[in-house]
Amino acid sequence: MLFDWLHVALYLVVLLLCVRPLGAFMAKVLEGEKTFLSPALGWIERFAYRVGGVKSDEEMDWKKYAVNVVAFSAVSSIVVYALQRLQHLLPLNPAGLGAVSPDSALNTASSFATNTNWQGYGGESTMSYLTQMLTLTVQNFVSAAVGIAVVAALIRGLRAREASSIGNFWVDVTRSTLYILVPLSILFSLVFVAQGVPQTFNGYEKVTTLQGAEETIALGPVASQIAIKQLGTNGGGFFNVNSAHPFENPTPLTNFLSCLAILLVPAALCHTFGVMVGQKKQGYAVLAAMLLLFVACLAPTVMAEQSGNPAFATHNLTTNANWEGKEARFGIGDSALWAVATTAASNGSVNSMHDSYTPVGGLFPMVMMQLGEVVFGGVGSGLYGMLVFAIVAVFIAGLMVGRTPEYLGKKIEAFEMKMASLVILIPCATVLVCTAISLVWPSADKPGVSEGVKAMANPGPHGFSELLYAYSSMGNNNGSAFAGFSANVPFHNILGAVAMWVSRYWLMVPVLAIAGSLARKRTVPTGPGTLPTHTPLFVVLLCSVVVIVGALTFIPALGLGPIVEHLQLTK
Amino acid sequence: MKPFITSARVLLFFTLLCGVACPLLITAVAQAGFARQANGSLVVVDGKARGSELIGQQFDKPEYFWGRLSATTPPYNAAASSGSNLGPTNPALLEEIAGRVKALRDADPANNQPVPTDLATSSASGLDPHISVAAAEYQVARVARARHLSEDQVRAVVKESSSTRQLGVLGEPVVNVLRLNLALDRLNATSKKN
Repeated sequence: MLFDWLHVALYLVVLLLCVRPLGAFMAKVLEGEKTFLSPALGWIERFAYRVGGVKSDEEMDWKKYAVNVVAFSAVSSIVVYALQRLQHLLPLNPAGLGAVSPDSALNTASSFATNTNWQGYGGESTMSYLTQMLTLTVQNFVSAAVGIAVVAALIRGLRAREASSIGNFWVDVTRSTLYILVPLSILFSLVFVAQGVPQTFNGYEKVTTLQGAEETIALGPVASQIAIKQLGTNGGGFFNVNSAHPFENPTPLTNFLSCLAILLVPAALCHTFGVMVGQKKQGYAVLAAMLLLFVACLAPTVMAEQSGNPAFATHNLTTNANWEGKEARFGIGDSALWAVATTAASNGSVNSMHDSYTPVGGLFPMVMMQLGEVVFGGVGSGLYGMLVFAIVAVFIAGLMVGRTPEYLGKKIEAFEMKMASLVILIPCATVLVCTAISLVWPSADKPGVSEGVKAMANPGPHGFSELLYAYSSMGNNNGSAFAGFSANVPFHNILGAVAMWVSRYWLMVPVLAIAGSLARKRTVPTGPGTLPTHTPLFVVLLCSVVVIVGALTFIPALGLGPIVEHLQLTK
Repeated sequence: MKPFITSARVLLFFTLLCGVACPLLITAVAQAGFARQANGSLVVVDGKARGSELIGQQFDKPEYFWGRLSATTPPYNAAASSGSNLGPTNPALLEEIAGRVKALRDADPANNQPVPTDLATSSASGLDPHISVAAAEYQVARVARARHLSEDQVRAVVKESSSTRQLGVLGEPVVNVLRLNLALDRLNATSKKN
């Protein structure tokens, strides 16, 4: 118990120590400045522009930027889809896996291009080594880089003065990948291998167990995929059970580093923001708000899993602690910390089975997603989500005192508010509407049973929690699951694919529109009536807005799932 | 059309960089520097691979220490990992625990200590190679009897196969079940020879 809290404290300290150096480095990368890596990697950057036919000095307005974002993601989705459908004809398939079904391939294409990494399939029994490397791993890098690019564009919009340019999308994506994601992932991969994560192109290993059974052990180029899946807030594992698999996460040290990698870039980007707008305090205020919400959800989750399941008491066990679906080497605390971190960030990798969590332990990860993936959130997407909430917060404060709201000296007017509302409301609507559709859509093979109910693995309110969790996850680009839910069927594959697309691009485009609109505005000097946005007061205001929007939207739905289940369990 | 063409060309570049060059570089370094780990930390006995140190195996004979419950089909299937995904209020969860407690009691009727919770529940991966130190201690008497060893002899082997918290704070103290059972087999083999 004590060690669980020690571990949490150590985790937060190490994370916060990384924020400044990494954040400052990323600011340099996004400003196009030379870094200590430029001598080694500069030629690759120039080569990238040549292969891509990119004019690196071209400036883009928001519309052009957005068109390129959407085009790049569309092409990515098509390539991911095609390779899955053709993998049985292609090399590097030692396990002889067949083509992926059309609906599953569609879902996975959408999932990886949108940085969601929802996995309807089981990795070791579905995807060839070639598919894992050429499509899934590549998307892990570039979908994260797209997130960084969009937030960089928004930051440029906030600080620009009567300009139309918000940067160059191709340069942002290339530099983010090359200077930030690639070096970090190589570093993490090698530590992971040293700790026991496999990295091989040989086929699966056949062994005879001590009790004499024949067994196949799935292997593969695991380390190179899982480092970036953590760093890029992707979360798509090599194996079915993700980071709970002893090959993906063999030791408590890999667990600590993987968990650190989840929040590393999203947290550091707050500092990048502060540096780029020339007011570091603004970045720290956003980081403080994220941290506050994170700790507020973490503590009850750890406690709920520790006190565990009262029903265990009837079986003369040593404790009620909820060990179901957790790995012995991590224990309760490290599992609960991961569960909250992976849902706070839109990572979605798991080191324990969220489906088996206690009702309260499962509630908070779900809430983390439903808050809109702004508590750290996805790489880039978390920060732009939180900045949009900051715009809403100054607007609400402005209404209270009757002044035109400003954020970083930019007047927030009707257009910005319309776009901000879209950004905040679309994921909420996607989650609730998709959940509702699933509950009423009749299933093809079982009369009287809807598609949503058919897919549930657990009876009672927990089954509803599975469904709500699934669409909270896809509708906020997280990717984790209450994994008993049978989502790998045409209905959920297709509906989920749509949900993931909508909640990625219908957010990115309005964010870029805000960036473009703010860039054109003058910066007004701070006056006595300006609400400072770097104070503890503003941090509390920002947190309140996030919580109130989330609570108003989701408490009724949560009441039908985890809350009623908790009452059943403790009655 | 131009954005799409640029997209395809840029994606080609990233496929070469992130999908080919990086994995190859990492594989080369891994195979050169950490060959054992990179190939799955295999446990080789008399020239034959008997498993991986990191992947649990199914043990249900009384002379072996048992691992966690595994929800894969069949149990401990290292080609298709899976958790049980049983919710906390699911009656099947309590049936599973009751069945496991009964199996443990049947294998060792004299032992009426409380069962360590990790030993009565399913792991997340279905491949958990470890049990808690308490779960090993719970089984010492049964294994010692089945192997005609003293409890202290068995306890000594358990100690050799356990690991403490990594770096003093991370994770839980655990016992590697495969390593433990292999060591016990070796111990029995050498004592037979003498």
